[in-house]
Amino acid sequence: MQETYNYKVVRQFSIMTVVWGIVGMLVGVIIAAQLAWPALNFDLPWLTYSRLRPLHTNAVIFAFGGSALFATSYYIVQRTCHTKLFAPALAAFTFWGWQLVILLAAVTLPLGFSTAKEYAELEWPIDLLITLVWVSYAIVFFGTIATRKIKHIYVANWFLGAFILTVAILHLGNSAALPVSLTGMKSYSAYAGVQDAMIQWWYGHNAVGFFLTAGFLGMMYYFMPKAAGRPVYSYRLSVVHFWALAFTYIWAGPHHLHYTALPDWTQSLGMIMSLILLAPSWGGMINGIMTLSGAWDKLRTDPILKFLVVSISFYGMSTFEGPMMSIKTVNALSHYTDWTIGHVHSGALGWVAMISIGSMYFLIPRLFGKTEMYSVRLIETHFWISTLGVVLYIASMWISGVMQGLMWRATNTDGTLTYSFIETVTAMHPFYVARTVGGLIFLSGMLLMAYNVWKTVTADDASAVDAIIPEPAH
Amino acid sequence: MSEYDLMSDFTSPFWAWFIFIITVGGIFWCFYLLLSQSKGDTAASHEEAQPTGHKWDETLEELNTPLPRWWLQMFIATNIFGLVYLVLYPGSAVFGGVLGWTSVGQYENERKAADEKFGAQYVNYLKQDITELAQNKEAIKTGSRLFSTYCTQCHGSDAGGGPGFPNLRDSRWLWGGEPAQIKQTIYSGRMGVMPAWGEVLGDDGVKNVTAYVMSLSGRKTAGDLDAGKEKFQQLCVACHGAEATGNIALGAPDLTDDSWVYGASRRSIEKTIIEGRNGKMPAFGEFLGEGKTHLLSAYVYSLSLE
Repeated sequence: MQETYNYKVVRQFSIMTVVWGIVGMLVGVIIAAQLAWPALNFDLPWLTYSRLRPLHTNAVIFAFGGSALFATSYYIVQRTCHTKLFAPALAAFTFWGWQLVILLAAVTLPLGFSTAKEYAELEWPIDLLITLVWVSYAIVFFGTIATRKIKHIYVANWFLGAFILTVAILHLGNSAALPVSLTGMKSYSAYAGVQDAMIQWWYGHNAVGFFLTAGFLGMMYYFMPKAAGRPVYSYRLSVVHFWALAFTYIWAGPHHLHYTALPDWTQSLGMIMSLILLAPSWGGMINGIMTLSGAWDKLRTDPILKFLVVSISFYGMSTFEGPMMSIKTVNALSHYTDWTIGHVHSGALGWVAMISIGSMYFLIPRLFGKTEMYSVRLIETHFWISTLGVVLYIASMWISGVMQGLMWRATNTDGTLTYSFIETVTAMHPFYVARTVGGLIFLSGMLLMAYNVWKTVTADDASAVDAIIPEPAH
Repeated sequence: MSEYDLMSDFTSPFWAWFIFIITVGGIFWCFYLLLSQSKGDTAASHEEAQPTGHKWDETLEELNTPLPRWWLQMFIATNIFGLVYLVLYPGSAVFGGVLGWTSVGQYENERKAADEKFGAQYVNYLKQDITELAQNKEAIKTGSRLFSTYCTQCHGSDAGGGPGFPNLRDSRWLWGGEPAQIKQTIYSGRMGVMPAWGEVLGDDGVKNVTAYVMSLSGRKTAGDLDAGKEKFQQLCVACHGAEATGNIALGAPDLTDDSWVYGASRRSIEKTIIEGRNGKMPAFGEFLGEGKTHLLSAYVYSLSLE
């Protein structure tokens, strides 16, 4: 009997990607609506914005994005190493362990247990579980690389490896804390004051850099050439932008703390490195989009490619916007405004969600013994719905954010501020409504996806078969 | 440690140099990376590019396309920008930059410029007394804008107050409504403390005192008024006065009118008696300066004239 790849864990994570995508985005729509109509918290503590917001970010980044990364990395590393997953029991543990982390987050965050560290709100017992899962993940991934049947390591695996390794360091560094209560789920950070803020944003920005960028670039480097049927545009470019990205991203965190108690030199250094980061980031965009050169016509007929290409375009746009916003004088306007929220969502919805969706549409039929999804037309519809939702979301937050920043700094001829804070809040209301609509549109696309996935995996001719491992070409 | 001493968190100059060397070394390493990958076995252009010879998962290949020229130049430009910025501005803990820029310096310069531009008008307003200023339309306009910035968070956009925060539009004043009293309140702040009487009074006592307090403004509720009055005269008159009309020296409210800082309902009054209250008006004098405090006082005073 011929050896087959281990698809079981890939299938599990793929299905949960869709489920958690819907949950995370639904919570996002709820909190967006709460900002427009605050009465929607119903005076219930566990429904307040402050508790649901970390639930939204954790669900979207770690539950939806995380499941997508687990699924695709396990698929990619096996197929590009021409071997089964190393330590399959540990791989199964990463699935159940990760789902448990998500469930614990969904319970503890609304109950108000929080470390108050952005994107790392989960309390210490859950942090320990995350560490166990992540170490297991690293053993499975790097073990598979070590037992590969092909000499060279494919570029997607460089990025996935960097993602797994760096996220481990970030998690351990930032979550270092002194536990004071198990039942009370309480701990105190190992850092104090501005150092805590610096560690927090060293973590926070690199959660963006390595979780949401390097990880998804790994996804892009596999699914883009596969879907396009074309070779990767430039090996050289992938080498340069990989190493430059890995080096530069780590420094960029201080741009979240411009004009704060952080020493001036640290702020400036964060800004310099953020600007240097532009080219390494765009290396990935060029390599992604130009891989399609010679096959542009496929873009007309293949909605999966549309998802991939548009996601890479959003990636390019966000990674241009980010360095611009890190410039101190620009940041003086943009910081603390909705512009930041718009920027984050052009990355999270435009790049992360759309590349995951495109990759899942490519991957899921192949995991269930089929060649394509139940309905390609529904993928096409989903693509246009998503694009419309993202554009409405980002545009409303851009306008709202720039308006907010300008209103805050507007002064009268007597030197007083032109607007009181509440006037800026009133002015933002229509854009909060538009943002809610944008989010709702994007969420409705995810429901369409769930239907399409359901029909695909429950079709009569669908079966959970694992593909046979082919002999490596070289 | 160098004279450039913004690194108070570091206990030795080692870390300052450690980071500086990695910073500059890293930027030069980026140059090296670019140069090293610009040479070698790449094709002349994308059109002539060939696969590198490796193949994964049956179809995955990579082309030997050279680095795009415009991208290379952009990368080099940002690296050069970084190095120039490190020379001009503080970007390391060992060198503060030739321009001598600091964020504290920028803030102080901006404040100085604003003071030079706008300071004179406030000095001029100081020459007029508050009752006079309250009639000066232009002064009141500026005063209302200052109010929007500094006071609306607690007292509301319409100065109508809210639970725990006094209404500034009516004629009732906890700390007195004379111009000098208002200015004193804004300049130095106020602390209005109502002690907690829950344990002293017990459940019945609270009920009776609440009934008595409500009866002072002509309202009826369950409770023994006589017993309540007795307790009131023992415990409450020291601050609220024998007639319960309050005391502006202590910020003790008049309990015979229909103005209630913490709410007029029976529940609010009971809560006040049981748990006490801590009213705090922050001191704005040092932060805003004499001129703006004076102008704000005139604006608040003008509200009570409406």
